[in-house]
Amino acid sequence: MTKVFIPSDTTARSLNADAVAVAVGALGEDIELVRTGSRGLYWLEPLLEIETSDGRIGFPNVSVESVHALFAEGIPTLEHEKCLGLVEQHQWLGHKRLTCARLGIIDPLSLTDYLDHDGFTGLAAALKMTPQEIVGEVTASGLRGRGGAAFPTGIKWQTVLDTQSEQKYIVCNADEGDSGTFVDRMLMEGDPLRLIEGMAIAALAVSATIGYVYVRAEYPQAIATLQRAVEIAEGAGYIGKSINGSEQAFHLEVRKAAGSYICGEETAMLESLEGKRGVVRYRPPLPAIKGLFGQPTVVNNLVSLATVPDILAKGAHNYAKIGKDRSKGTLTVQLAGNIKRAGLLEVPFGITLREILEDFGGGSFSGRPIKAVQAGGPLGTYMPETEFDTSMDYEAFKDIGAMLGHGGLVAFDDTVDLAEMAQFAMEFCAIESCGKCTPCRIGSVRGVEVIERIRAGENADENRILLKDLCDTMIEGSLCALGGMAPLPVLSVMEKFPDEL
Amino acid sequence: MNSEEGKQMVNYYSVGAEIDLGTPVSGSAEPITLTIDGTPITVPKGTSVMRAAAIAGTNIPRLCATEDLEPFGSCRLCLVEIEGRSGYPASCTTDVEPGMKVFTQTDHVAKLRRNVMELYISDHPLDCLTCPTNGNCELQDMAGAVGLREVRYGYEGSNHLDEPKDESAPYFTFDPSKCIQCSRCVRACEEQQGTYALTIDGRGFDSQIVASQKEDFLSSECVSCGACVKACPTATLTEKSIIKFGQPDKATITTCAYCGVGCSFRAEMQGDQLVRMVPNRDGHANHGHACVKGRFAFGYATHADRITTPLIRESIHDEWRKVSWQEAIKFAATQLKNIQKEFGRKSIGGITSSRCTNEEVFVVQKFIRTAMGNNNVDTCARVCHSPTGYGLKTTLGESAGTQTFDSVMAADSIIIIGANPTDAHPVFASQMMRRLRQGASLIIADPRAIDLVDMPHVQADHHLQLRPGTNVALINALAHTIIDEGLEDKKFIDERCEPDAYEIWKKFIGEQRNSPEALAEVTGVPAGQVRAAARLYANADNGAIYYGLGVTEHSQGSTMVMGIANLAMVTGNLGRDGVGVNPLRGQNNVQGSCDMGSFPHELPGYRHLSDEVARKLFEAEWKVELDSEPGYRIPNMFDAAVAGEFKGLYIQGEDIAQSDPDTQHVHAALSAMQCVIVQDLFLNETAKFAHVFFPGSSFLEKDGTFTNAERRISPVRKVMEPKSGMSEWEITCALSTEMGYEMSYEHPRQIMEEIARLTPTFSGVSYEKIDALGSIQWPCNDQAPNGTPFMHVDEFVRGKGFFAPTPYVATDERSNSRYPLLLTTGRILSQYNVGAQTRRTENLQYHDEDRLEIHPEDAQLRGIVDGSWVGIKSRAGETVLRACITDRVQPGVIYTTFHHPESGANVVTTDNSDWATNCPEYKVTAVQAYPVSQPSQWQEMFQRFDKEQQELLASSQETVE
Repeated sequence: MTKVFIPSDTTARSLNADAVAVAVGALGEDIELVRTGSRGLYWLEPLLEIETSDGRIGFPNVSVESVHALFAEGIPTLEHEKCLGLVEQHQWLGHKRLTCARLGIIDPLSLTDYLDHDGFTGLAAALKMTPQEIVGEVTASGLRGRGGAAFPTGIKWQTVLDTQSEQKYIVCNADEGDSGTFVDRMLMEGDPLRLIEGMAIAALAVSATIGYVYVRAEYPQAIATLQRAVEIAEGAGYIGKSINGSEQAFHLEVRKAAGSYICGEETAMLESLEGKRGVVRYRPPLPAIKGLFGQPTVVNNLVSLATVPDILAKGAHNYAKIGKDRSKGTLTVQLAGNIKRAGLLEVPFGITLREILEDFGGGSFSGRPIKAVQAGGPLGTYMPETEFDTSMDYEAFKDIGAMLGHGGLVAFDDTVDLAEMAQFAMEFCAIESCGKCTPCRIGSVRGVEVIERIRAGENADENRILLKDLCDTMIEGSLCALGGMAPLPVLSVMEKFPDEL
Repeated sequence: MNSEEGKQMVNYYSVGAEIDLGTPVSGSAEPITLTIDGTPITVPKGTSVMRAAAIAGTNIPRLCATEDLEPFGSCRLCLVEIEGRSGYPASCTTDVEPGMKVFTQTDHVAKLRRNVMELYISDHPLDCLTCPTNGNCELQDMAGAVGLREVRYGYEGSNHLDEPKDESAPYFTFDPSKCIQCSRCVRACEEQQGTYALTIDGRGFDSQIVASQKEDFLSSECVSCGACVKACPTATLTEKSIIKFGQPDKATITTCAYCGVGCSFRAEMQGDQLVRMVPNRDGHANHGHACVKGRFAFGYATHADRITTPLIRESIHDEWRKVSWQEAIKFAATQLKNIQKEFGRKSIGGITSSRCTNEEVFVVQKFIRTAMGNNNVDTCARVCHSPTGYGLKTTLGESAGTQTFDSVMAADSIIIIGANPTDAHPVFASQMMRRLRQGASLIIADPRAIDLVDMPHVQADHHLQLRPGTNVALINALAHTIIDEGLEDKKFIDERCEPDAYEIWKKFIGEQRNSPEALAEVTGVPAGQVRAAARLYANADNGAIYYGLGVTEHSQGSTMVMGIANLAMVTGNLGRDGVGVNPLRGQNNVQGSCDMGSFPHELPGYRHLSDEVARKLFEAEWKVELDSEPGYRIPNMFDAAVAGEFKGLYIQGEDIAQSDPDTQHVHAALSAMQCVIVQDLFLNETAKFAHVFFPGSSFLEKDGTFTNAERRISPVRKVMEPKSGMSEWEITCALSTEMGYEMSYEHPRQIMEEIARLTPTFSGVSYEKIDALGSIQWPCNDQAPNGTPFMHVDEFVRGKGFFAPTPYVATDERSNSRYPLLLTTGRILSQYNVGAQTRRTENLQYHDEDRLEIHPEDAQLRGIVDGSWVGIKSRAGETVLRACITDRVQPGVIYTTFHHPESGANVVTTDNSDWATNCPEYKVTAVQAYPVSQPSQWQEMFQRFDKEQQELLASSQETVE
């Protein structure tokens, strides 16, 4: 029996992985087909892996047609001309993965696989600790929120722990809507029990008994996989009436999001979870004090929660020694856009942007020079080539007015019209604005109009002053980060690419 | 006499614009000191920076914030700078902190605000000069305040200027082109009214306010309470009266003359033209909220149907003659004196109105006891809350509700019995719904599914859907459960109640026949549900009972009131905030008219005529000897009239010919009298039987006081002169004087002074104090100089609480093979009682006829289809209504409202009444229902008579002048 692994991740499936799997399954009885998540080497998908005594060997870009050739002389080996070698030795997997360690390796819905790969060891450690000890461990790890705001996770948990209430909640924000981001989806599709374990630990840490995962509506497979994983975890007693035999209950529910970018904003998400229109709430009060249904609520990004089991299993110290300065641990970089090699990387903080783009990404897909990178989603700045040597950590990015956000990088070659991209930033804001606050609701629409006028050469100088004024008004006056940050890409184009706008 | 005195009496309580501090008051007492623009100020913890600044005299620009609503933080005009904080926090959503240093006006925030305002105006019509809210527009004010001088974006960009206007609602328009998306309307609909009719559809720039599922306002769930209109800072939601007349130039605080909630209003005027009624934020009963009646339905006051000249005639088939006041009064007095001469002192009497002021009622009962020399005085409370008076006096010692309305905000479990607050007491219902949304439990006992059983964000925990007429069985079953399961408050009972009476009651209620199981057959309510409801109420920290005419208008109405008091006592739910026994009064001054001595056996302040001391006190003040024998109750008057012994009746603002039961009997009684004097605004049903018509004045034309359901005495202030030229109390005084007992006052305040002199519970009441405090809950005396929010705090008014045994006795009015259905009646939101006022307003658009609600099974059995004509026949009479097929009613029960005289609901109701007080059993009539194709005989007769009387009125107006 030889194990053959084919990803069932959405991206791999979109590249026909299912048909490949059927073809492989039809080959014969001596093959055991395992559907896994994706390792994130997307330019290689569908990536077929075969178990050997030395480790897994990989065969990239397999098609239904190529399956027969591949297996024509039996199970292909390391020596096969199409083999890219031992997958573990691939350059992209050179840095030790923590949060994404099981991606592409295990069957996401196999509890046995999960346990065989150190699953639930973090929870086991947490169950031996007091809530304060768990919170202390997360605080000591230096873990910061991976949704974009980079707020220390342990401090947020501490606030919830310290707020007295009969009912507390854990809410996982999986409404992953930033352009060029997909790690949340990959984790839900490829290692969902990890998230459940992380949320159970959070529940123990703050004494919450109910949790919700708010999953992007456009992620049907992630929702289905996660839902099944919740059933499995509950069936095995890890969550539900009792967290693995403890006194504490933890009921976890998967909720399909409302299909709106703004619902990824944490307070709008809470409104949406409560069954209301996804409209932003003012802060304070912080969700940690008055969150879902007015109760203290831990709201974390999926990656943050999925990182917690590792911290508990191996100790905060082991996590904190990775990374750079105040950016501890690893960053899950999602590389997309005009790039030769796109996909998911997990690297320690501190690597430079250029290393990512050139060493890992291999330069632009078109082969032309990379002119700009938008980091951190649609509200992130456009970074020029002169900033490519910036260290990938929160502080270094902040220093140049950029942000890492959720770790998405979108590359553009020199054919890009950045004025159009600036206009798109305002258009995106206009389409996705919840409409509650005026600077965002009306400002974004006026932003599109003013940029159109500048591009058309209509009173360009005056309109540039007006645009700058508008951007300041939106940044300083908006209720939430959507209106507050949508001008950043616009301003970055104006400042860093002055010829363009 | 009128014009000169009128000038003296003009005493406008004129007020300026309502002050809005931006965010709600904080409940905290903890002081916080901060500085605002360098000036130190101390405010309670939980106060917003915006409110603190406003208190300090600095109005930070704002659009989405108002004191009436929770802060929202959307307009971004109120941004300020706070030392040590990054960015520009919104002052509405930022609470003060000790030592905080706030700067409300820096160059930077000024620019920021101007830029935000520039965005607003880039999508707003520039028609300020022709806009209805010109001069009273917050957007306009703010544009001025921030110094907006240009809109650099131009006006060619995307906008909403061509959005169509919705003018479907009768009283206000919705113009989305002027909307600034502040959500104040949506929030007012949710937070204040609780209807959730409004929402925002779409998002971002496409956001728009919509009613229900994008319906027009009239067809939506909107109940026209006007909260959204008041909340709107622009002309988006505007009263049609403002569009018609323009902005008011002065305002007077007065009290609504509709239901027993007694909402305080600002009557906003141009000269003596009432432009609009706006609920007063400082109103103690309504806190700035209103309903469609009080807020909008005031057009009747100036309706063409108003009669403004005195009328007299010899016979009811004669034409009316328009005469001077002098002649009319002389005519009436002569008639009454002649009747007394011929038929004796007791052959005449009078009825006081629960719609008139305390002062007006007081002089009428005084007139009857002095000038008429008998005690033949009764009031419309006879037919509504007389059992409340009897029942609460017997058990607790005072004929009044025990709480303030605000007390509901501290209730944890609420029982509503035989009341429909969302329709009949809508403003209080909104407050109750706020508490219910906060999590208080709700038990409803009603044969019909009232709205509160299942509404947006409010669901009853238990709907005890009992059969009509089985109230006492139900209350006994609830009390039995409490004793049976040991849920009673032993400490309260020991300390506060009469032990012997309690033991007797306990033994009685504990009997098996009072168990929910034994009574399930009678009430139709499953025993388990009764027990669960009893536990819910008894186990709550604070349990409060609210009830209405579904309790009192029964053959055992008084028994039921005592049963309710027993239930409250046995669970210790009396004498503090959040609890109590709360009768919801139907009319604006039911409480007051009862307080003022409108009963044939009681002097003002509920002192029995046999009370020598009290009687002597009145005799000394009035300088006349009083008859110590109680007089006729209303039903006795009718019976005596039919028997030929009672010949003259002075009726102050009550339409007994429509509102009293067994209409045909009432009509016979009226027809048998020689002199019926009606004092009213319109030729109502009773006036068609009258010989003298004294034109009355609307609440806008009088000074005085109303007392609402929570014993709150509120000011009624004259905003225009009486259209008849004479105040109602003056009419009564003139009639009395003409009859031989001289009565004169210069102003109603003197009447209140007399009331205070004569009534211990009112001894501290004066107009000065009412002006100073806004309103006063009686008792108000030396012990309680500012009034009494909660009754029976340390001990009951009667000393120890009295548990009265309440055996259930089935009514005679039972369904049988001939009359297999039980008819019960109620009210609807848009109409008020006999409808004399509301039928003369645009409220007709909401309810233009009374319908008969019938269960689908009963309808099918009889071949009745929705909208078809249905005959309803009881042993008293027969009428015809159109069917409304609904499962709100249970099988075997039919229901109608009684707002339209031609409906003849009371033709069907019988002369059955409460054993103790004669309050009619309106709520249970055994009837048959069947499809018909034409109006009933009575209705045809009604139409003929109505036509004749209208013609007699019209021709009188043609012949004279």
